[in-house]
Amino acid sequence: MSQTLDAETLLQTRGAHRMLDAYVVGAAFERGGEFAAFALGDGSLHFASLGEPKEDWKNFVVHDGAILSVASDVVAGAIVTGGDDGDFRRTTATGESTTLADLGSKWVEHVAAYAPGRGRERDASTLCCAAGRQLHVFDAAGQRLKVLEHPSTVTGIAFDARGKRVAASHYNGASVWFTGAKTDTPRRLEWKGSHTGISLHPDGEAVVTTMQENSLHGWRLSDGQHMRMSGYPTKPLSISFSRTGRWLASSGADTVVLWPFFGGGPMGKAPTELAGGGSVVVTRVAFNPRSEVVAAGFADGRVILGEIEGGRILPVMAPGRGPVSALSWNEGGSHLAIGTETGFAGIIDLSKGNK
Amino acid sequence: MPDTNQAAALNAAAASVTDLIPVTVLTGYLGAGKTTLLNRILTEKHGKKYAVIVNEFGELGVDNDLVVDADEEVFEMNNGCICCTVRGDLIRILGGLMKRKERFDGIIIETTGLANPAPVAQTFFVDEGVRARARLDAIVTVVDAKNLPARLADSAEAAAQIAFADVILLNKIDLVTHQELTAVEARIRAINALAPIIRSERSGVPVDAVLGRNAFDLSRILALDPDFLESDEHEHNEDIASMSFTVSRPIDPQKFNSWIGALLNAKGGDILRTKGILDYAGESRRYAFQAVHMIADGDFIGPWKDDEPRQSRLVFIGRDLNRPQLRRGFESCQVA
Repeated sequence: MSQTLDAETLLQTRGAHRMLDAYVVGAAFERGGEFAAFALGDGSLHFASLGEPKEDWKNFVVHDGAILSVASDVVAGAIVTGGDDGDFRRTTATGESTTLADLGSKWVEHVAAYAPGRGRERDASTLCCAAGRQLHVFDAAGQRLKVLEHPSTVTGIAFDARGKRVAASHYNGASVWFTGAKTDTPRRLEWKGSHTGISLHPDGEAVVTTMQENSLHGWRLSDGQHMRMSGYPTKPLSISFSRTGRWLASSGADTVVLWPFFGGGPMGKAPTELAGGGSVVVTRVAFNPRSEVVAAGFADGRVILGEIEGGRILPVMAPGRGPVSALSWNEGGSHLAIGTETGFAGIIDLSKGNK
Repeated sequence: MPDTNQAAALNAAAASVTDLIPVTVLTGYLGAGKTTLLNRILTEKHGKKYAVIVNEFGELGVDNDLVVDADEEVFEMNNGCICCTVRGDLIRILGGLMKRKERFDGIIIETTGLANPAPVAQTFFVDEGVRARARLDAIVTVVDAKNLPARLADSAEAAAQIAFADVILLNKIDLVTHQELTAVEARIRAINALAPIIRSERSGVPVDAVLGRNAFDLSRILALDPDFLESDEHEHNEDIASMSFTVSRPIDPQKFNSWIGALLNAKGGDILRTKGILDYAGESRRYAFQAVHMIADGDFIGPWKDDEPRQSRLVFIGRDLNRPQLRRGFESCQVA
């Protein structure tokens, strides 16, 4: 089984991993650069040290039920989560956990955070979470700033690259809000059907949603032009823009489907496909935040890295550990966190100095 | 680090694929006894664990069970099928429940009194993620013997809820006379000739009368009682009615598929449910067919029994059904 060994080299030589007790819902890296956190279906958060990943991972039960969403907090050392217990929480790697909002009987299905990067320190840090039809917006201290209403349940949220706008998907389209606006009037983007997730182009030029009908839908914000991206055999649940915004990677097919957002695309352009050959569906995609390399996880547990130029595929993990349900890069693009439905959690250090 | 738990985890994952969670849908207009039935199910000592999806978060449930607050959010699929409406909130909630560590023995969905059951049922046929993890067990409709005639008169949903039912709980029978009971049963039977009617007082029925029915299992379509099928010739003037047809010569599968396909495509909005057992020419096995509006499903289910007449039977539940036209259509599917 030399092929299996090859497919595992990165995991075995540059990784640390374990089997945890429940479905890995998501993974996030805290902004201090010291820990990766895995959020699980049993309500627990597991912190792995990036410096000593093979040491024991600290874990804390932070929700009474399943965690449904996870993101890096705006402050270093902490992670925010939403649960089916109706809570939106902030938890540090040392186990201090506080409830930022208790939304009662509604599930907190989505969380997102924006913290300004270097040189943009004057921008405001913003947190938000979605429960039912409402999007709740908070400042860095966790004070609720506003509640934004939608025509139906919010199914996905995303900040733009500057944190000025937040977009929410729902039935029959999406709403784009200015978080700092004095009066809250969204820009409504309309397209009939059930939109199940959302992403914003890094340049803020376009909004793309995943749809129930095995397709993606996009709107070019400058002129409202519709973008239809279809042909998936299953629902494309996971989408990710490349750093430059030239490519949009998507799950839902037995290859990584990449739509070109240049040269007039994606309208009228065929997507580029990577890592085909099997009949196994891609379940998660995540573009490296620093290069044109995309990570993809499959329903059989396989994980690969794909380079768009040249189409080179680097195996990361062999099949066999359950459908990939979480895939995240740290901000520097040096570490990849992987989680599966059956409780596998791993981090891989791809920085040059590491062996 | 060796993954000691890995083999066990993989086995668990493989098992869960065949282990679809049964889902029971509870419908019935306000005051019929739906919530009483639900509380009975949840408080009875059966040692099982249920997730209950409700619209009004109220006085419900016991510690062992999970109660989920949902909004009935129906949307129309963009798949060219005009009546294909689906509950998006259920797709999300069922996906979320699968992330929990504990496993449920079943999921019970309580709909609001005015809900049409079609979108709930269709969700289980349309969404691949839901199909991979859960199966629709039965639609249970609770009606109240005293008030049903009034509800049928003032709401279209009351008839639709009966039409979609796999089991009908005829509740509050202690509040009506024997004659009233007979009359109300006749009206229910005229709308839905297939679903068993269970009489009850204060929703007092054994749990297994409503849970674990396997009503959408094709092999259970055998339970079509031929007596029902022959007893619907008299007119009741209901908005929604059942019509059944029997033909004795074998069916040509190609003719049947093209006829039923075109029929459901054209009239699927008015035809709520279709069920049938067919004697395909040259086949020793029975073919079972069912549809919810335009969404159809069919498969072979075991051989004909020796003492069983080899006939093909088809039942439609819907509005504005044209009996002569349906009869001629079904008859034309027989081999020449």
